[in-house]
Amino acid sequence: MLSTKWLQLAVLAVLIALLPLLFPSGYYYRIGALIFVNALAVTGLVILVGWAGQISLGHAGFAGIGAYACALAPEHLGLHPALAVLLGAGISAALAALIGRPILRLKGYYLGVATLGFGILVTMVLTNERVWTGGPDGMSVAELGLRDLLRDMGVRISGGVFWYWFCGLVLLIGAWFALNLYDSATGRALRALHGSEVAASTIGIDVPKLKLQAFVISAVYASVAGSLLALQNRFITPDVAGFMHSIEMVTMAVLGGVGSVFGAIFGAVILTLLPQVLTVFAEYEQLVLGAVMILVMIFLPRGLLPSIAARLKRKSS
Amino acid sequence: MKTTTTLTALTLALLASTAQAEIRLGASLSATGPAAFLGDPEAKTLEMLVEEMNANGGLNGEEIVLTLYDDGGDPNKARTFATRLIEDDGVVAIIGGSTTGTTMAIADLAEDEGIPFISLAGAVSIIDPVREFVFKTPHTDRMACEKIFTDMKAQGTTTIGMISGTDGFGASMQAQCKEVAGDYDITIAADETYGPADADMTPQLTNIANTDGIQAVLNPGFGQGPAVVTRNYAQLGIELPLYQSHGVASDGFIELAGAEAANGIRLPGTALLIADILPDDDVQKEVVTSYKAAFEEKTGQTVSTFGGYAHDAFALMTDAITRAGSDDPQAIRDALEATDGLVGTTGIYTFSETDHLGLDLSAFRMLEITDGGWSSVE
Amino acid sequence: MESLLQFLFSGLTVGAVYALVALGFTIISNASDVVNFAQGEFVMLGGMITVFAHEAGVPLALAAVLAILLTAAVGVALNKLAIEPARGAPVVSVIIITIGASILIRGASQLIFDKQLHRLPSFSGDAPIRIGGATLLPQSLWVIGGALVVFVALWLFFTRTLTGKAVLATANNRLAAQLVGINTRAIMTLSFALSAAIGALAGVLATPITLVSYDVGVALALKGFAAAMLGGMGNPKGALVGGLLLGLFEALTAGYISSQYKEAVAFIVILAVLFAMPQGLFGAKSTERV
Repeated sequence: MLSTKWLQLAVLAVLIALLPLLFPSGYYYRIGALIFVNALAVTGLVILVGWAGQISLGHAGFAGIGAYACALAPEHLGLHPALAVLLGAGISAALAALIGRPILRLKGYYLGVATLGFGILVTMVLTNERVWTGGPDGMSVAELGLRDLLRDMGVRISGGVFWYWFCGLVLLIGAWFALNLYDSATGRALRALHGSEVAASTIGIDVPKLKLQAFVISAVYASVAGSLLALQNRFITPDVAGFMHSIEMVTMAVLGGVGSVFGAIFGAVILTLLPQVLTVFAEYEQLVLGAVMILVMIFLPRGLLPSIAARLKRKSS
Repeated sequence: MKTTTTLTALTLALLASTAQAEIRLGASLSATGPAAFLGDPEAKTLEMLVEEMNANGGLNGEEIVLTLYDDGGDPNKARTFATRLIEDDGVVAIIGGSTTGTTMAIADLAEDEGIPFISLAGAVSIIDPVREFVFKTPHTDRMACEKIFTDMKAQGTTTIGMISGTDGFGASMQAQCKEVAGDYDITIAADETYGPADADMTPQLTNIANTDGIQAVLNPGFGQGPAVVTRNYAQLGIELPLYQSHGVASDGFIELAGAEAANGIRLPGTALLIADILPDDDVQKEVVTSYKAAFEEKTGQTVSTFGGYAHDAFALMTDAITRAGSDDPQAIRDALEATDGLVGTTGIYTFSETDHLGLDLSAFRMLEITDGGWSSVE
Repeated sequence: MESLLQFLFSGLTVGAVYALVALGFTIISNASDVVNFAQGEFVMLGGMITVFAHEAGVPLALAAVLAILLTAAVGVALNKLAIEPARGAPVVSVIIITIGASILIRGASQLIFDKQLHRLPSFSGDAPIRIGGATLLPQSLWVIGGALVVFVALWLFFTRTLTGKAVLATANNRLAAQLVGINTRAIMTLSFALSAAIGALAGVLATPITLVSYDVGVALALKGFAAAMLGGMGNPKGALVGGLLLGLFEALTAGYISSQYKEAVAFIVILAVLFAMPQGLFGAKSTERV
């Protein structure tokens, strides 16, 4: 499809900038912001699952850490929410580095279960430590303050619109970083070890270190995404770290096309829009979601984006 | 030419006025997901009542259009749907938030945008501190604790054990009960918990039973947990009085727990559960009997207090809209706050500037399960 | 002392349910190397179908048999429509497929049944049996007994019957199995049917104790999976021991340490096992040919 990194980023930026022209109401800004947040988290997963070929069924745990960092740090440590985002990312990276080493020695289903266990443990801590985290009912999150800053500078925009642009910007940065990584030596090494870990190690690639890097980077992506969600919702509950959220993230990655950043974004678009589109048939939502997951995996195993791209290529040739 | 223009103008005017001749009500409920048996009866109740009211001429002569979304118990989705209701569907009022988590997500938005919002969730933090546009219909979990402790004190109980679910409802009520226990001279000597999907609580109950001096046991929770606790309680042969919470105030609980095991259990419930045995001069008798009959006929399920919360929210909202005489959100809110003595299934509501719950302890009835049915012990 | 005994009884009862779920995982894993995340839904279907059939007037025993047969059919459909077409797909894809199947079954159950909690009457009454100062429900004996019977039957099946050996052969090397004349398609169908039937049986036996609703499958699948991992994926003995151990860990933690983190124990144990002994207690150490 599109080959150069800058072309891809430009297309993304143009899409983000022009989409609001189609928005009939403020609600669409909210959907856009949610899609960007999800796409950010899933971009990280693409690095881990698509390029490095690992599995993570507990990645929402990192999103939960990022989200609760924004809730807890301002409340208990007096930290500004912007710094809390960095704190959350730092903790997620540290935790990923810590558990990544033993976990990434596992493969396949075992790796899946281990990451699953991690995600569930994070959820449990967030749920049970009521005194700190507000328990299952959640806690409120402080205001980021950027909108007030803008208002002081004379720019007044509503919350929904602000978050759309802010999340879009963060997504662009995240996409830029990921695309850079793809072309770099590290990125090529990651893709090599996806093909065969044994072969990669024979040509001198430090496989454990590389897998750990991918794990840590994807954890940071998830953490920042979680932070953004917390800051725009102004409220967070432990199920942001839950099993179903992890599954949602992996599904978005695989559905869209786990090999590319655009695939991640595509997957995020589909799964974020699905419940909104199906509201009339809310009773059938689970049924449809399950069916979509199965059918896409069987008939379009590389994901929707690559399959569509391949079809377009065939038509033009 | 002139006739066509006049005709077009008239048609447009007609269309415009019919477009305005409807009152848009929004709802975001947890009809699926872990809180489904809260949200499911709530959704069915709202749909039923809207249909009924529209069939009887509507509200202020206008049709009520209900936009109902299912947030599946997910606060993130609840907030998105609330945004959709306010910005895209243009609702003038919102009923919803089956759980505290979803309520908090919606409440922020409702408050910011100035849309009156009646919540169907239990936590006291929803209306304390009071927010201008946020109201709620269920008793707070704190009140449930107070009602139970009042009864315990009357029985001479001073030391109890607690076993609570770790879900939002159970954990919140557990915290509230621990806070107010001292006001009733009650000490909590054992404090156990269980997960909402757990199948066996005999270890926790054994620990409680082995703690010295325990005179009664309190189980804050909802769903399958309390039913399992009740069965385990009977299995272990614990003779101490068992108190449940209003989270299981439904006939379904007696069925799941088994009439034999549930015998003698006390819990704070609403008049809805004892509709059949209420004295004829009880103020709530008419409201609860007609709601119970309508709901059971429409859905084939037995009535539950959760559906009752939705019933009351709808009654309050439509009453406010009638008194406001318009569908301006601010006017509705003001009329809502001025509600005085509205008889609902949960109790009799009187709101004020400082009280957006509108109920006091008298609305709660202390009920006891006898012979597979409900009886009042007041 | 009686407390300990009570905790043990609790652990064995819950553990037996986990064991049955884990045994279901084992069969499919043995036949196809797939971990079926929809296993928990089979348990749910077993319970729900029995409940609704019973409420419609069918006698309990017949309703249970009906539930087991229908669930087996669902298992076969799952294999035919979702797993078979995805042969050779990467692990991530298969995980998504089985999780998608689990979501689909849950979504369908919401519509076909309802969202309420349901129960079945206990098979031999509710009068607790007193042993050494602790109590045990008769239904618990049914569940534990059921797990043991299934285990023995499976062990005999895999070691003594030709079909059972064919299943193991198919898992070991599909091509080789086909070359010696084994009908691998039929084997796969049989495995899924068997696994679903065992799951349904677990649902039928456990519902009088654990209650059932349309979404009980997820938690059960996770626990059963953890149990299978603990015991060694693919080994029926491992599944049985893993399930019972997991149940016991949970009960002892709830009794002696903290009821809040009793769930955590299960997953901490899993992580510990995966780090120290990835093949589980009874699994064989596997080597990978490069």
